[in-house]
Amino acid sequence: MPSAASKHLLFILAPLVVVFALLPGVYQNHLLLFNFVIFLILAQGVNIIYGFTGYLPFGYVGFFGAGAYGFAIMVMHLQWPAVLAVLVGGVVAVLLGLLLTPLLRLSGAYFAIANLAASLAVLHFVANPALEGITKGPYGVSLTGTFNPTHAYYAAVVVMGLTVGAVVYLKNSAFGLALQAVREDAVSASMAGVNIVKMRVIAWLASALIAGLAGGIYAWYVSVFYPDNVFSGEFSIFAIVFALFGGVATITGPIVGVIILYGIYNLIGFTTPQYFQLIYGLLIMGLVLFLPAGLVSLATRRGWNVP
Amino acid sequence: MIYALVAGVLFGLYFSLVGIGLNLVFGVMRIVNLAHGDMLMLGAFIALGVVGIAGVDPLFAVPLAFVVFVLAGLLLYWVLVPRLQGSANPEMLSIILFFGLSQVIEAVTTIFAGTSERSIQSRLLGSVFTTIKVKWFGSKAGRAGPIEIFGQSFPAPWVIAAVTSLIVIALVYLYLYHTRLGTLTRAVMSRRDEALATGIDVDRVSAAAFGIGLGIAAVAGVFAPFMFGSITPAFGADATVTSFAIVVLGSLGNPLGTALGGIVYGLCYMLVQTYLSSWADLLPYVLLIVILLLRPSGLLGRRVRVA
Repeated sequence: MPSAASKHLLFILAPLVVVFALLPGVYQNHLLLFNFVIFLILAQGVNIIYGFTGYLPFGYVGFFGAGAYGFAIMVMHLQWPAVLAVLVGGVVAVLLGLLLTPLLRLSGAYFAIANLAASLAVLHFVANPALEGITKGPYGVSLTGTFNPTHAYYAAVVVMGLTVGAVVYLKNSAFGLALQAVREDAVSASMAGVNIVKMRVIAWLASALIAGLAGGIYAWYVSVFYPDNVFSGEFSIFAIVFALFGGVATITGPIVGVIILYGIYNLIGFTTPQYFQLIYGLLIMGLVLFLPAGLVSLATRRGWNVP
Repeated sequence: MIYALVAGVLFGLYFSLVGIGLNLVFGVMRIVNLAHGDMLMLGAFIALGVVGIAGVDPLFAVPLAFVVFVLAGLLLYWVLVPRLQGSANPEMLSIILFFGLSQVIEAVTTIFAGTSERSIQSRLLGSVFTTIKVKWFGSKAGRAGPIEIFGQSFPAPWVIAAVTSLIVIALVYLYLYHTRLGTLTRAVMSRRDEALATGIDVDRVSAAAFGIGLGIAAVAGVFAPFMFGSITPAFGADATVTSFAIVVLGSLGNPLGTALGGIVYGLCYMLVQTYLSSWADLLPYVLLIVILLLRPSGLLGRRVRVA
């Protein structure tokens, strides 16, 4: 349905990109805006792998960190320009994704746990003092040469646009439909002629690429970071919760989730983190118990069609 | 070398205790209890409370923690699980639900207890034995010093924790294989639908398993301040990851496999600590991934891999 796809592009993607491209001129806290964009990217990345294939990537941050370090190594050792280095970050994440494809053989909780272990393994690999010559080990990297938050911000907005575009494509194409069929019932889908393995691997690598690009841009933006920052489990968990809160396998769900939850986080999270944690935990529990399909399902239940 | 091996077995027994509750819950209900580590943490706080208020041996906290958490588990079960089981994908949603629960527990504990590290003087543990020796057998009150095994001395709390773990594991074995409720529990573990069809009250069995699982976690928590030095409210998350590694090593869904998994993990942990190399941190995670891929059912267990 090309018309629906173009409508989604026009009414969701375009306003989102325009708003985030213009906001820095109006609003002073650029770091906050940047974090919003990064989480929008990550939440949509989780949406692609979890929403459309049902694999819960508990160690999603592994790709993010791999991207950040891919960027850092290119800049530190080869003095590549930042934009190319961000692309390398994406490639590194895809390679990591390829390395981890065997994990897709596991099902359900096993995949989630193995993915978490994989991300921790990558963290300890990168933070290893024995590799200090390459990754600077646990002492962190400093990339002042490429420091340019404005460019990094616009790069993030571009990647966000591409990511949302990818989700629009999945939502409106036979490929996305096939993925959802595989998620619902792999055996029936394969009998209907869907190549399950190929489908899953493509979605997996796509979401790895997205997280890798986001990681590269994050490294570009912050320019000084430690392994524990870019491999922090909070990235995976926040991204998953944001995506679920809005509703997965939709275009708007993760966007709504990020804006509401990350907004709340910034309102009360900095001053009283433990109260935020309490509210956040209660919200998550209430969500799973009463609205397992996310906030968007409130509207779909009433018969409104939410993309 | 002998020191590392014996310490490994001692720690391993304790780690089995840490993991076995998680495994019982997963085996019976197919629910991933991400709040497991937080139960441990709460158990540790009960021990702190017992020492702080009553000033007696923390061993008295063991039965208290067990009873309190069995009751709490039953309550929690009736509140959370029926709704969860009714949803489309209980296994996945349970991960997120219990993540929310763990956030709530951590936040509430932080609000009431603060974030500072707490520990208990290790000589308090086991002081009841010395008192009994003095009162009943009239022997001299000696200093509760380290205990010697194979000519190497180990801190007394390690030995006490290991012995308690052994007793608890034996009790779990007796429960599962020599009581009626235990037999029903195993029936539910192997085939939930068929157990339901043969007229087993699956809800009652699951509730019992859930309560016992949490109770054991709390008992393990009582020893946590001695085994890990000190505890904070944020300790739960790490404990959960460790428990997962242990449980998966043994086998997810087979509580007795966990005992083996715990000992393997304990030995690895201790050998790594002894022959400390910079690659050591990677070991548990790589081990976890390799085992999941090669023998996803764990060292002892049935097949779980799909596709």
